[in-house]
Amino acid sequence: MTEEKSLSIANPHSGIDIIQKIGVALAAIGTIVLLIAWADIKISHHGALLALSITSILLGSIIYGVRTYLTVPEGIKNNNVWHSSFTNGGVLGWLAGIILTGFYIELYWFPSLLGLGADGAKNTGIVALFDPLSQFIKGQPASQWFVYGTIYTLLILALGIKFMLKYRHNRYQLIRTIVVIISQLFLAYLIPEILEGLNTKGGYFAKDLKYMWPLNYYFFESWHLNNMVDGGNLGKFYLVWGIFSFMIATPVITYFVGKRWYCSWVCGCGGLAETAGDPFRQLSSKKVYAWNIERWLIHSIMIFIFIVTCVVLYGYFTGSDTFLGLSIYSHFSKPYGFLIGSMFSGVIGVGFYPMLGNRVWCRFGCPLAGYMGLVQRFKSKFRITTNGGQCISCGNCSTYCEQGIDVRWYAQRGQDIVRASCVGCGICSAVCPRGVLKLENGDTERRDQPISMINGKIELTN
Amino acid sequence: MAHIVIIGNGISGVTAARHIRKMSNHEITIISGETKHFFSRTALMYIYMGHMKYEHTKPYEDWFWKKNRINLAHNHVKTVDFKTKTLKYLNGDTLQYDKLILAVGSKPNKFGWPGQDLDGVQGLYSYQDLELMEMNTKGVQRAVIVGGGLIGIEMAEMLLSRKIPVTFLVRESSFWNNVLSPEESEMINRHIREHHIDLRLETELKEIIDDGSGKVEKIITNTGEEIVCQFVGLTAGVSPNINFLKKSELETDRGILINEHFETNIPDVYAIGDCAQHKNPPGERRPLEQVWYTGKIMGETLAHCICKNKKAYNPGTWFNSAKFLDIEYQTYGWVYAEPKEDEESFFWEHQDGKKLIRINYKKESKEVTGMNFFGVRYRHETCVQWIENKQTVDYVLEHLKEANFDPEFYKKYEKEILVKYQELAS
Ligand SMILES: Cc1cc2nc3c(=O)[nH]c(=O)nc-3n(C[C@H](O)[C@H](O)[C@H](O)COP(=O)(O)OP(=O)(O)OC[C@H]3O[C@@H](n4cnc5c(N)ncnc54)[C@H](O)[C@@H]3O)c2cc1C
Ligand code: SF4
Ligand code: SF4
Repeated sequence: MTEEKSLSIANPHSGIDIIQKIGVALAAIGTIVLLIAWADIKISHHGALLALSITSILLGSIIYGVRTYLTVPEGIKNNNVWHSSFTNGGVLGWLAGIILTGFYIELYWFPSLLGLGADGAKNTGIVALFDPLSQFIKGQPASQWFVYGTIYTLLILALGIKFMLKYRHNRYQLIRTIVVIISQLFLAYLIPEILEGLNTKGGYFAKDLKYMWPLNYYFFESWHLNNMVDGGNLGKFYLVWGIFSFMIATPVITYFVGKRWYCSWVCGCGGLAETAGDPFRQLSSKKVYAWNIERWLIHSIMIFIFIVTCVVLYGYFTGSDTFLGLSIYSHFSKPYGFLIGSMFSGVIGVGFYPMLGNRVWCRFGCPLAGYMGLVQRFKSKFRITTNGGQCISCGNCSTYCEQGIDVRWYAQRGQDIVRASCVGCGICSAVCPRGVLKLENGDTERRDQPISMINGKIELTN
Repeated sequence: MAHIVIIGNGISGVTAARHIRKMSNHEITIISGETKHFFSRTALMYIYMGHMKYEHTKPYEDWFWKKNRINLAHNHVKTVDFKTKTLKYLNGDTLQYDKLILAVGSKPNKFGWPGQDLDGVQGLYSYQDLELMEMNTKGVQRAVIVGGGLIGIEMAEMLLSRKIPVTFLVRESSFWNNVLSPEESEMINRHIREHHIDLRLETELKEIIDDGSGKVEKIITNTGEEIVCQFVGLTAGVSPNINFLKKSELETDRGILINEHFETNIPDVYAIGDCAQHKNPPGERRPLEQVWYTGKIMGETLAHCICKNKKAYNPGTWFNSAKFLDIEYQTYGWVYAEPKEDEESFFWEHQDGKKLIRINYKKESKEVTGMNFFGVRYRHETCVQWIENKQTVDYVLEHLKEANFDPEFYKKYEKEILVKYQELAS
């Protein structure tokens, strides 16, 4: 069949009506304000413009979502996903991907291009646009990280609401998305920024309660440990909490409900993937070779961060800057931070959403996901149950699995899906037209064999 | 080691091949004139709607076949010479077999309507039909669908995804009411109209009119009404695709006649799936079963018959599922449109008009005979066990929540349902 190569972002077959267009236009105005500031075109009234930008992005997305989804009966809304070049990995997708990637490169390595004032100089560009908000929340001028955090949170909020409108018939999706929005807004953004403002004297340490090692790869670096130890009760609390959360809380909760409690319910990376990234989930590769790459890559990164962490802890306890004659900074922490922390999780992880799908980092890179994945795979009550012989092998589940799991392969054999990488987003279950899939935490053995129905009943085979 | 040749790479043929491979070292060849690789016919609609691409509908990656030593022939069989065990392809080539499995599927019914072969008039069964529909529906102002079954409503949903207005002609007095009970059928009528489909009940196609260039211009219904349209979908059921076998010594009726071991009247020739007609169907099952899972069960059972020992077709308790636009439907056991004489029927409908549960049971013993679920998911295994163990309706309703298969956090209605039953019973 000939492929549609339409240049329209919206559904090329339906067109969008005037109210939807107003929504898109509003969100576009808000985005253009950001782009103008980014391009460092001289503007004044930063406070008012930022307020305009944020409100119109939020309002525009809501208007678009309400108009698109509430005017039609509730149900699965995947029409024309593979016809639009924005969502089928086509020209528009690439364009969006290139812009996003550019933003990340400047963010990590050239913040001055975003307008960050060097050595106490005044901010310009997009960073200056965010100064008034930063002053308001924490009494300091903005940094590139404040800009990033604000846009990130705004996207999760605005597109999270759109996602909820799209899945309004599905209470799992609604509750999950509310939790993910609240986690980002409060735990990852407002509370840390406010605490940061109150605690200007001490050195920086991570204040997002759920941003734990090894996702937070610098947690055990000497400077970070020192800043926590010297950071008063707050710092000590974060130190104890940080260790408790990855050593005890994480495996225990993952045992009971699977890694989804983190990956698709509270995590910031997951939060962005599930909301802003939702239009791209179908782009993940379901091929077995991709699964092989995934296993190699994610486990290598786990080993990498484990070694780096052992080495930095050695440095911390011995006070040494070197390990076996190698500089700890330039041979261990810096390469990890550059290659994995910035390149992989940021540039590729988000920048490549429109090309490789919305969970590239979570699937191939995140060592925390890898760690929880091992718990989930080998010792957890979580599984996706399949409903007897009802699967018609249509492939919707596999197509819309952001983690590239070939869900159908299990479902058509009547076997439970027990996979290290499943983040429990529940979309496979939502899009299945025959009601075959159910995410469950069960006490029974997980069914890892196919069923057979040739004897007039559902039986396990070997 | 024998050469087993399978005509048809649908779910039946492919399941047979996979299980023969698991159990034996026979040489296996699958032939199909449709597509080189097995794809899921049930997903055709989603390709048109842009939910998936053709690639996504293939349940196995392309390397699978070679790895499992299953030869694929993308070719069309013209005739079979059963005496010399030779197939003849359309292009003149031939192929020898030791055992032949006919899994040739169905084709859309056409009832000899005037104009049924005009451009813009088509059924939907094959991948080629889908390509044709893609072409036929470009720039269409209105489409008419003839035949109110499962494929008809899928086709309506497909056209809606392209914002093409649809008129849906249904011969019956209510949608699919030869299968669904009145309340269910009425619920689907409402839902069809909620989607702005112009549903015409008790309306039949009389004639399709040519615009002068061989294309459809309008249709005329049995009430004499003319409907201008540029596309006509014929979805009045399917029948076995066996014309190329009709003139041979193979015994056929509507389908290829088989016994409970899928054997035809000719030794070493078997038939499975949509094209097979059971001479002695098990239980209350029909001689022709044109659903996905029965093709699967037939394929697997036949593999046993060929490679191990003979095993009779035994698909167990009837079940099925479908989706009517946004409303999911699952059924377990037999729920006839009208309960049998010795049966009683209990049903509950949610006030939103999109969820409905029906349980049929024997008047005397109260044992459950079948259940219909709309808009709520239930567990296959549990429901079927209840039926097989002859549980009473009271037992089933009390335990209904144990079979609930909806996603976590969904509202549960089992209490409400039980209360309604108890009120009716007292
Ligand atoms: C649009 C649509 C939706 C459906 N949805 C559902 C559903 O939701 N649930 C459900 O249970 N069932 C559904 N069905 C029915 C289901 O798809 C069929 O029952 C099933 O596919 C039949 O499988 P099969 O292997 O018997 O035959 P088929 O899948 O038809 O395979 C037969 C193959 O043999 C090939 N063939 C035939 N003759 C020759 C020849 N002479 N030479 C070479 N090749 C030949 C055909 O081209 C075809 O590829 C649907 C059917 C359609 C058309
Ligand atoms: S298997 Fe299902 S729940 Fe798990 S990640 Fe994939 S789509 Fe989400
Ligand atoms: S979406 Fe449902 S019916 Fe389709 S392949 Fe997946 S489990 Fe099977």
